[in-house]
This record gives sequence, structure tokens and C-alpha cells, in this order.
Amino acid sequence: MDAMPTTLPEPVAPPPRSLMHGVILGAFCLGFGLVLAITDRITVDDIAARAMEDKQNSLSQVLPATIHDNNPVTDTLALRNAEGRELTVYRARQGGAVTAVAYEIFGTGYAGEMKLMLGVAADGKVLGVRVLAHKETPGLGDKIEVKKGDWILRFNDLSLGNPPLERWKVKKDGGQFDQFAGATITPRGVLAAIRGGLEFFAANRAKLLAEN
Amino acid sequence: MANTYKTIVKDGLWNNNGVFSMLLGMCPAMAMTTSATNGFGMGLATAVVMAASSLLVALFRKLITPEVRIPVYILIVAAMVTLVDLAMNAWMHELYKVLGLFIPLIVSNCLPLARLEAFAAKQPVLPSLLDGLFMGLGFTIALTAIGAVREITGNGTLFADASLLLGPAFKAIELRLLPADMGVLMMILPPGGFLVTGLLVVVKRLLDLRAGKEIQMGGAHSVA
Repeated sequence: MDAMPTTLPEPVAPPPRSLMHGVILGAFCLGFGLVLAITDRITVDDIAARAMEDKQNSLSQVLPATIHDNNPVTDTLALRNAEGRELTVYRARQGGAVTAVAYEIFGTGYAGEMKLMLGVAADGKVLGVRVLAHKETPGLGDKIEVKKGDWILRFNDLSLGNPPLERWKVKKDGGQFDQFAGATITPRGVLAAIRGGLEFFAANRAKLLAEN
Repeated sequence: MANTYKTIVKDGLWNNNGVFSMLLGMCPAMAMTTSATNGFGMGLATAVVMAASSLLVALFRKLITPEVRIPVYILIVAAMVTLVDLAMNAWMHELYKVLGLFIPLIVSNCLPLARLEAFAAKQPVLPSLLDGLFMGLGFTIALTAIGAVREITGNGTLFADASLLLGPAFKAIELRLLPADMGVLMMILPPGGFLVTGLLVVVKRLLDLRAGKEIQMGGAHSVA
């Protein structure tokens, strides 16, 4: 940094200087550490409540309120997917029976991993897919977001056999789904993620739909 | 004294503008200006952090010895950023969802640290507070301007999603100036950030030249 001035104010106190510097630095660390600890205490409950609301919001888009009478956010199940990744499965129940499940799915996009939430009904049909986080190019790849376009809605009501597995691809790869102009990698990644998610459902169906 | 305050305000907002004159804080100025709204939000969050940390450094300036000043400044900036981050997450959650990603990046911004070192370390509390605040607001103006140019040329909109940041009352300033798909995508991508920032630096220098001002270039080689 050449913006630093070359002349500095003379130190005020006499030696032992190194000890004094340590004490000053330590005192500031302690003081600000304390301030941060207090702020964390004050905000921790509110932040947890906001995180819960956010999760509820994203879940309610893939698990319609009409098919459950429980709170899926707190009714969870931990399972490992085919890649060995631990997934939290949110269960929607009507009168105790599991009517649908939702869990995160992952796809590789143009700019790294994309995280999506997939809702699957007990009969294996897609209830909804929503993008939770991605780093795709604004204006190109971000059309997978529901607020930027309805592309992601076309998967509703589809399932692993409908269309057949070999058609679960973008048109460029011989499948039946449109890619967007100028972006093929992003939709390809989303499709792979959904297909993987549905395969996860098929492989773990009994566990996912078990009543307890 | 009133004159000094006026100079501080003018320096911060225009004459010694953090981005366009000192070329500091380039990282957020490039990364966060894909739209005018993003730039504005990032600028405001930075202004709050700068005002608070300038105030604290000026308050404790007699206690902070030169040898430990840099770690102490970084500590103060980081603490202020964390405070803002936690408070916004808890109580301004809608805003946090838009800005949350950018806030931790303020720590990596060179501008707050430069102002603490160059100003707040040697000045009384009130001028330091003003310097931090107006340098921050000048940063906000710069980021909003870069964001606006990139957004108009790249996406054809201006202040898109401003209502998410500022509340539903600001829906009216969300404009579409060019038809969709007319934008030059490159302007939103990283090269656009460099191009627009460079062009706006030139524009500012031309305006200053025309007004007969001497061009100020403080720390023009520090880029962070």
C-alpha cells in the first residue's frame, strides 16, 4: 500500500514496548470479541427463525400445502444419496401417511455446482423443482430461476418413466427438453440433477415413504 | 472549521472519490456492479461500515500505537462488518437476502483501511465520522453509476429489483430502457466491469479538466 504516510506519530509510552503492543492488541481483540459475542447472543434466535422461514418458503413451493397437514421443515430423515452425500429429506404427511418428500439435488453447471430443491409425490411424480443456489451467467444460465422464466416448471408431473429415461436429456443430446439460446451446459446440469434425484427416490422409495 | 467539513464532504463525494480518483475498492466495484441496485446496496453497506470504523479509530487513536495499528484497524473493520452482517440477517432479512453475499466482502475492500490510515488515525472524532461517511457515500455513487451503465447496456434495465432492496414503494424506479435480449451480455460479465470503470474514470477526469480543477490522484496505484 503506497497510500501509507511515511511519517508516523511518535509512540507515547516508554518501554517495554513489545509487551505494551501485545497488551493493546489483546485489549482490542478482547473488547471487540466481547461486542461480537453479545451481538451474536442477541441475534441468534432471530437468525434461526429467519432461516426456518426461508426453508419453509422454499419447501412450500415444491410441497403444496394441500397435500400435507404437518410441518415438513421439522419432519426430516437423513439418507445418503448414490454419491455418498448426506441428504436431509423433508416429509409431507397427510394424517400420518407420507404423501410427498422433498430434498436437495445437485447438478454441475457452467460455473460450478448448482443446488436445487426437488419435491416428489409418493407416486414418483415431480411436484416441483426450484433452484436454491447457483453461480450461472446472469442473463444466460439464470433462466433456470423461477423468477427469471418458467423453464423450470416444465418438469412438474413428470416422472422417471415419463418421459422414458433416454429422453431425459436436452434436445442437443437427443432428449426432449429445450436448452436456452446460448446456454446448454446449465440445462444439462439441471436435467442430470433431476434425473439423479428421481433415481434416488426410486432406490430409496421404501425408506422415504415409511411411516416412522 | 465549517470550511474543513465542506472539503471533507466534497472530497469524499467527488474530488477524491474512492473509486474514480483513488482507484481503491476495485474488487467490489467490479464484482458487485452487475446492476445499479446491487452497486447501490453494496455502497450503502460499505458506507455504514466506514462511518462506524472511522468513528471508532478516531475515538481510540491515542491508544493505538503505530506498531499495532494495522491489525487493530483490520480488527475494527472486521468487527463492524460482522455486526452489520448479523444485525441485517436478524432484523432486515429481505435486504440481507439480496446483499448478504456482499457484506463479508467489505473486509477485503481496501478503501475503509486506507481512510482509517490516512484520515481517522490523525483526526478528531467528528471529522473522521464525516470522512468515513462521505467517502462511503462517494463509493455508493461510484458503484451505482458503474452498475447503472452496465445494467442499461447489458440488460436494458435500470434499477431492476430495487423494490426488493428498498421496499415496494420503489417499484416505480424499476425501468426497462431497451427491449429484452437487446443488451450486450459482455457488459454484465467481468470485462464490462473493467470497461465501464475505466470509461467513467475518464469521464470524471474530463469533467474535472473542463471545470479547471487539478486532477487529484491519491494512491492511484493501489488496487484491491
